[in-house]
Amino acid sequence: MSGNRILSIDNLRVETRTGVLLDDVSIHVDRGEVLGIIGESGAGKSTLALSSIMLFKAGCRPTAGSITLGGQSLMGLGTAELETIRRTKASYVAQSAAASFNPFYRLEDQVTEIPAMAQKLTATQRRRMAIELFEELQLPDPENFGRRYPHQVSGGQLQRAMIAMALINQPDLIIFDEPTTALDVTTQIEVLRLIKKVASTHNCGALYISHDLAVVSQMADRIVVMRNGKMVEQGPTRQLVDNPQTDYARRLVAHQGDGSYATANGSDKTLLDVRNVDVGYGGVAAVKDASIKLGSGSVLALVGESGSGKTTLARSIAGLQPARQGEIRMRDNLLTPLVERRSFDQRRLVQYIHQLPDLALNPRQTIRDVIGRPLSYFHRLRGASAEQRLRELMEAIELPAAYLDRYPASLSGGQKQRVCIARSLAAKPDILICDEITSALDPLVEESIIKLLTRLIKDEGLSILFITHNLGLALRFSHTTAVMQAGRIVEHGDTRAVFEQPQSDYTRSLIQAVPQLREGWLDGFSANAA
Amino acid sequence: MVLFANSPVKSFVVARVASGLVSIFFISFLVFVGTSMLPGDAANALLGQNATPETVLALRTELGLDQPLPVRYFHWLGNALHGDFGTSLSNSQPVINLLVPRLINSLILAFSAAAIVLPLAVGIGLLAAINRGKAIDTVTGSISAIFLSMPSFLIGYLLVFIFAVKLGLFPPLSMVRSSASLPTWISALTLPVLTLVLVAQAHVMKLTRAAVLGVMSSDYILMAETKGIPRNRIILKHALPNALSPIVSICMITMAYLIVDVVVIEAVFNYPGMGKLMVDAVAYRDIPMVLACGVLFSTIFISLNLAADLLAMLVNPRQRLPRKGN
Repeated sequence: MSGNRILSIDNLRVETRTGVLLDDVSIHVDRGEVLGIIGESGAGKSTLALSSIMLFKAGCRPTAGSITLGGQSLMGLGTAELETIRRTKASYVAQSAAASFNPFYRLEDQVTEIPAMAQKLTATQRRRMAIELFEELQLPDPENFGRRYPHQVSGGQLQRAMIAMALINQPDLIIFDEPTTALDVTTQIEVLRLIKKVASTHNCGALYISHDLAVVSQMADRIVVMRNGKMVEQGPTRQLVDNPQTDYARRLVAHQGDGSYATANGSDKTLLDVRNVDVGYGGVAAVKDASIKLGSGSVLALVGESGSGKTTLARSIAGLQPARQGEIRMRDNLLTPLVERRSFDQRRLVQYIHQLPDLALNPRQTIRDVIGRPLSYFHRLRGASAEQRLRELMEAIELPAAYLDRYPASLSGGQKQRVCIARSLAAKPDILICDEITSALDPLVEESIIKLLTRLIKDEGLSILFITHNLGLALRFSHTTAVMQAGRIVEHGDTRAVFEQPQSDYTRSLIQAVPQLREGWLDGFSANAA
Repeated sequence: MVLFANSPVKSFVVARVASGLVSIFFISFLVFVGTSMLPGDAANALLGQNATPETVLALRTELGLDQPLPVRYFHWLGNALHGDFGTSLSNSQPVINLLVPRLINSLILAFSAAAIVLPLAVGIGLLAAINRGKAIDTVTGSISAIFLSMPSFLIGYLLVFIFAVKLGLFPPLSMVRSSASLPTWISALTLPVLTLVLVAQAHVMKLTRAAVLGVMSSDYILMAETKGIPRNRIILKHALPNALSPIVSICMITMAYLIVDVVVIEAVFNYPGMGKLMVDAVAYRDIPMVLACGVLFSTIFISLNLAADLLAMLVNPRQRLPRKGN
């Protein structure tokens, strides 16, 4: 073993009472090296990352293998010794900075908590350390930044503050656990660049976990692919991306898309025509003067960063948040702003699917109840005819009819979202509003949902308003694209035109910020470009 | 309030005090209507066996009972706003003179109980949270469940039976004069206070435990664990402050509960407090006294609730400070 080895995990097995979380996993990290760990949720990525500091969720324990951090074997160490190791040798950067900072304390008190516990430095020295790190991480007004509470700074700034907190004890190893997943693409770029910079200047090793292969390929020197608690494949980044050996890794790489566009199969007829719509909450205007058109049988992608007004605009189309001004027309019929005042048929024709199926499905209703409700409400279907339709719908969403008697809790995330789609289809709508419906799903599950929607457009003649912050997805799936920024539509046109000849600077910056597998993509950003 | 000049706290306080006042007016009206619906009236009750139709009528006129309800209410309200709660019908003394010493006695009882139960129960709750699933958690949980499921007067009588009747350590009744010596006071207060402590501790302890454990599943607790912070420090410095809002609320509501529950306990121990005064006043149809007690109880209850919400807000930086800047 070289003297530069920081972490080495060998043949690790982690079990719960009922199952195996990690099975025969071996990884190692050298000084100055970033090891990427990729896989879908439940693959064991976070369990593996946290096992490097011997931290296991309640009920989990390592049953075989060894963990060596900074030359010291961690297996069998007592609680106090492990706590010392966590304070001195490793740091953790979590996905959601907003949830990972204690809302009760000022940022600098949290950032400097470990040095404060060590009592080797004075309060002034500790504050100096924090300010220097805030400066390095390009936080605004570093002298005073730490005086703020977590709720007083933005998500991107919090994420950088968490990196500062990770650096303050000069760790040998930093664990980045999906550190940019909760951020918008343009913010993500800044944070990724900073992580890359600090990983090299601070001369430590790093684990970088993500479900996004493109991001990992930019950050890591080597990549480990995990699935169901096992290592599927590992190798140097370029080798894994250019020449994946296993079928699973090949599918992950292919999921990134080849840059080809969806072929338009819709007619030119406009189905939904939204003109100059203003929507607001109280005194705040969330959508200003927005106009979009959705063609019959086509997909309109509504893209933009969080808070840009995408969902508000969609809710005004569905009548859930009434527009204050402007017109919403469907097939030349004016839709009343408020859903309660719309006719029975107008309500039936626009159906809304939410981001989180867990929140949209009543856990105490069987799938039959969930999908059966719109059948009886909109179509007065009862008994055998309802049963017949239920089975057709289950077939349409590619789930076995036996699932009708199950409860949502026994379904996977992707299956639940399919049930939500079936519930919307049960109304026989013309328009489906899909609000970030795949963003909580793993990449390959997302792919299967997109395939399903593509088929439904053809089979059922649906039109889809597809809200997403994922530009790659918009490119692959939509025929037309509208870009929103701060409540306004800044770009609207054929998807190919929007992506190849964007008219606004904002669209250009969004497109550039979408992570790519291409080597050196991240390094190609000048500080100003992001 | 200069400290919070531009914070959401000021507008919160103004709004809540206003709504509290409205509530008190509303409650005073409800109590007024309620007392007027009691079977029989003060004239009958006062005259007792001497009641003839003529004497009753005369006394009703004298007391103003022959006037319509709204007129009587606003007449009473106008006086009450000037601090005049009328004259006790059974005692012929100003209500306020009778009420104040009794109120002080009740507050002594309630605050003694609160001073013991709040720190004790929060401490036990924390201990249970730190040792979740261990023996101490199970034992404290079971004990508090026992007292939680017993009515307070039963606990009172049980304590009297054990400590007064069998062991003879304390007097079974707690009739004290305000001039009594301190040892007499302590001896008289011990059993009623102990009863209140046993009754009230369960809620506070269980809620403290649940609030702290609820916070323990937060992401920032995992973050603290990854930083290598010892578990006791995590619970005391990272979890407890964030669990303060519900804990402060339950403490304040427990205070209000203590002040109201003394009605029952005072009856059990014959303690000369406000609760006993109100119970007696109802029995004698002493309407001005009942009204004054009702309004006072509701004022205390509403003030403590307001204090609970305000404290909960002050311990939470997200509510105390605006989003931007500091």
